[in-house]
Amino acid sequence: MTDGKPATRAIFTAITSGKGGVGKTFVAANLAAALARQGQRVLVLDADLGLANLDVVLNLVPKLTLHDVFDGRSALEDAIVPAPGGFSALLAGSGMVEYSRLTPEVRQKLLDVVERVGTRFDHVLLDTGAGISDVVLFTISLADQVIVVATPEPTSMTDAYATIKVLAATQARRAIRLVVNQVRRPGEGRVVHQQLQQVVDRYVNPTLDAALRLELLGELPADPAVREAVARRELLLETQPGTPFSMAVVTLATRLLQG
Amino acid sequence: MRPSIPDLHLDDALQLLRQAGVPEPAEPAGSMAWLQGVIDALVDLTSRDALTGVANRRSFELALAREIDRVARSGEPALLLVLDIDHFKHVNDTHGHAAGDLIIKAVAQALLDCVRPMDLVARIGGEEFAVVLPNCATAFGETVAERVRRRVEHTPMAISAATALNVTVSVGGAFAPQWVRSSPHLWIERADRQLYRAKAQGRNLVCLEPAAVPVVSGEEKRMLFDSSQFLDFE
Repeated sequence: MTDGKPATRAIFTAITSGKGGVGKTFVAANLAAALARQGQRVLVLDADLGLANLDVVLNLVPKLTLHDVFDGRSALEDAIVPAPGGFSALLAGSGMVEYSRLTPEVRQKLLDVVERVGTRFDHVLLDTGAGISDVVLFTISLADQVIVVATPEPTSMTDAYATIKVLAATQARRAIRLVVNQVRRPGEGRVVHQQLQQVVDRYVNPTLDAALRLELLGELPADPAVREAVARRELLLETQPGTPFSMAVVTLATRLLQG
Repeated sequence: MRPSIPDLHLDDALQLLRQAGVPEPAEPAGSMAWLQGVIDALVDLTSRDALTGVANRRSFELALAREIDRVARSGEPALLLVLDIDHFKHVNDTHGHAAGDLIIKAVAQALLDCVRPMDLVARIGGEEFAVVLPNCATAFGETVAERVRRRVEHTPMAISAATALNVTVSVGGAFAPQWVRSSPHLWIERADRQLYRAKAQGRNLVCLEPAAVPVVSGEEKRMLFDSSQFLDFE
C-alpha cells in the first residue's frame, strides 16, 4: 500500500444461535456499538437473507440493501449505511426470499461481498439467520470465528448444541465462543457453558481428531431495560450505557479484542 | 543463472522412466521441449500408483482439495467413495502375494470400467481405493455406489490361467462439505467412518453418510439438562 500501512483484512465473526428469539441480532448490534466505542471500524452484515431484521433492531429504513447489491442495482459502497452506534451496517432488506436458498448464485454473491468488505473494516459481524440451514452454515463458513448465542432455556441450549455439533463435524471448527444471554443470576452462563462442554466431551469429541473447546466469551444479564430498548428500537448501549446489560456487552467487546 | 540442460543430472530420472515403461520424449534430446517432456513424465509417474496405474494417495489428496474449493463456490454436490477389498488377507494367505497383486489390479480396472471419465479412481492404501465423483447428485449417490460394489462382485478376476476369484468390496461414502472452511482430511474421515460401518454390518455393502447429520439424541439431551446445578434456578 502506498501510505505505508500494511494491508489489513477484517476479522470475520459469525454470530449464530440455532434457535431464534434468543436476542442474537440485538446482541450483535450492541456488540458492534461497543467495538466501535473502542475505536474499531465495524460492519454488521445482516446475513439472515430470508427474515432479515437488523433494520428493525437499528430502526433504519435503508434505501439500498444487500438485495440491491445482489441484483446489481447498487454498488456495495452505497449499500453500507451508518448505524446509530457508530458502526456500519449492510442490511438485507425485505424481498430477499429469492436468495434464502443457497443457490450457486447466492454462494458467489455472498463470497464476493465478504471478499470486498474485508479490506475496509477491522471487524465484520455476520448476523446469521436462526437454524442450521444451508445459507446459515455457508455464512458461518465464511467467518474466522464463531459466536453462538444461547439462553439458559433448554430449547435454546439444545439448538446451540446441535449447531456446535454440526460445525465441528462439517467445518472442522475446534474452537467456538459462547455468549449466554438472558441469565437470571451471575454465574448461570458458566453453568450453561459447563453443561455444553460436558456433552461435547462425551458425544462429539470422541468422533473428532482434535477436541472441540467451547470458550465462554461472557454472559449477559436478563435486564428489563433490554425489553424497553427492543420495543423502542434503540441500542441499549447508546441510550443506557450504565445498565447491567450494556456494561456486560462492553466486557464482551473487550474480550473479543483481546483475541 | 539457469543451468544448461547438459549440466543437469538426468540419468536417474531417465532410468526411472525407462523402468516404468515410459518412452523418452520424442523431441531432440537436451532441448527445452524434451526437458519439459521428461518433467511431465515424472510428474505423471509420481501421481500414479505403481501397481495399478490409477491415481496415488498424493494426487488423490490434491484432487480432493481442488474439488472442495469448486464445491464451495458452485454448490454442486460431489461424492467421495472409499472402498476396501473384503477379506483381502485371506486372498494373500491362500493364494500368495502375487495373486493379491493381481486382484488389486483387477479391482482397479473394474472401478475404472464403471465410472465416468471425469471421475477419479485412486489407490489410497494397500487394499483401499477411493473414487471422487464431481457433480454427482445426492439423489443418485446410493445408485452409483451400489453399481461400483456390484461391478466388483460380478467381475471374475484371474489369478492364473486356470483360476479366477470373485472378491467383494465394502464401500463408504460422503458428499463434499458444501462450506468454505473444510479440508480433504475431514471429507476422507467422514467417508471412512461409513466404510467402517459397512465393514461392521457384514461387508460387501454400501454405507453413505445420512443426509441429516444434526440430530441430538435423547441421551444427549438428558445429559445436557441432567444437572443438579440447574435446580438452583426456579
